[in-house]
Amino acid sequence: MEQHRIDPNNGLEFGLYTLGDHLPEPHTGERISAEQRIHEIIELAQLAEQAGIDFFSVGESHQDFFTTQAHSVVLAAIAQATEKIKISSSSTIISTLDPVRAYEDFATLDLISKGRAEMVAGRASRIGNFELLGYSLRDYEELFEEKFDLLLQINENEVVNWEGQFRAPLRNARVLPRPKNGSIPIWRAVGGNPSSARKAGAAGVPMYLAHLGGPATVFKRSIDTYRDALEKSGYDPNEFPVSTAGFFYTAETTQQAQREIYPHVNEGMKRTNGQGFPKQHFAQGADPRDVMNIGSPQEVIEKILYQHELFGHQRYIAQMDFGGVTFDKLKRNIETIATEVLPAIRKYTKKN
Amino acid sequence: MKIVAISGSIVGSKTRTAMDYTVQSITKQYPDHEVTLIDLADYDLQFSDGRNYLEYEGDTGYVTKTIMEADAILIGTPIFQASIPATLKNIFDLLPVNALRDKVVGMLATAGSPKHFLILENQLKPILGYMKAQIVQSYVFIEEEDFERKEIINHDVLFRIDRLVQDTVVLTETYQRMREEEAKYDF
Repeated sequence: MEQHRIDPNNGLEFGLYTLGDHLPEPHTGERISAEQRIHEIIELAQLAEQAGIDFFSVGESHQDFFTTQAHSVVLAAIAQATEKIKISSSSTIISTLDPVRAYEDFATLDLISKGRAEMVAGRASRIGNFELLGYSLRDYEELFEEKFDLLLQINENEVVNWEGQFRAPLRNARVLPRPKNGSIPIWRAVGGNPSSARKAGAAGVPMYLAHLGGPATVFKRSIDTYRDALEKSGYDPNEFPVSTAGFFYTAETTQQAQREIYPHVNEGMKRTNGQGFPKQHFAQGADPRDVMNIGSPQEVIEKILYQHELFGHQRYIAQMDFGGVTFDKLKRNIETIATEVLPAIRKYTKKN
Repeated sequence: MKIVAISGSIVGSKTRTAMDYTVQSITKQYPDHEVTLIDLADYDLQFSDGRNYLEYEGDTGYVTKTIMEADAILIGTPIFQASIPATLKNIFDLLPVNALRDKVVGMLATAGSPKHFLILENQLKPILGYMKAQIVQSYVFIEEEDFERKEIINHDVLFRIDRLVQDTVVLTETYQRMREEEAKYDF
């Protein structure tokens, strides 16, 4: 766990992530400028740090309604504006980047932040990056596997000899600068499919599991698959952290929370994925066994603790800004996290 | 209500003839509803390559988006090699998982042999069900002998199409009311 910068004695870590979406506020139909959105993301990270939140991450999507395509640049600004919160991508789409350049960015980010940078590498659920950056969707899987493997090699070795299909060979190549402590934690992003969890386990890398909604037990399968694959490949599952990431929102009552956030989720998904979130599924999401952490502070706490008991995970990462949620609501949620959610989670999950 | 009528083949004329009548029947019975006919023969459609339906351009983008915006869909299909034509299957492949949720789908088949009657039951319904469509269970099955020079000459078939249109509209209105019930969730 140590090499992944996780101390199990501290209990379940709590993080925030943003996809960097840039969507209209559904009630008014108005959209803030890209400039304002980026500044609000940076400020959100600062507020998260002040609230005692452990982790903050920013995603990369190359298409309409997104604004953090250059996510490592946004993360650099966050690194400069904060002091102790861990910062990461979520995810870096390594398939359509050069792993050397991406690693240079994140090693630099680690130096700017004085050893707080991490990287989550994923295959993309929105695929605008392929055409824009000149890759074929046909190579979706191969691009990721090859480049992710190179990325891990660069992280582990200062001098790399490498040859592959999608990038010019590296001969005694030194990838600089090196991160503060020689390497950074690199996680594999996993969506719903357990086959991707199996690959994370087989490669011996920590797993970042994204979930939208549905019974928590469904996601337990991916976690079991991951740990099983770790073991089969000769790794000790107790040494590898798992983080989960999904919707989060609190208000005074669960009803109020659902009322406030549903239009954001529904309209946002319509614009970015082409299909909204069915109302009845969303209503069923209030069940304590559902993985969607939307509700009153008490219900959300109970859900997170239930998930912790089920998953045995080390970090939960909340997404609460999707779909044009206004900054005052985000501030209010951070306040609730600081005063109610974090104390409860730490009380029940912190050791000694 | 937005209704889309699809003629699912780029070959022959019988399915198109049946769909032309279907559109007429909708317009006559429900003049306030918006109806769009998509005859796949009129469009240059690419094969599905796995991208999100919003990202297709040209004809393919037009067809996927029009279908996704529909409240009700009437699918007309010939039977090829004891199955639906590849052109129609491609339409399903172009759409995302759960694409037909909250949509009502009615079906018509034109076939050269009565032995093909259960093909919609056994092959089209499972696809629509997987895609979460609300299916109008009875469909109209039209045979070769019901046509004469691009016209339906069997009045019984016309009557059955009129009823399919009614069933589709009534079921769509019913599901729309069901969704109004969801307002009780109050969010």
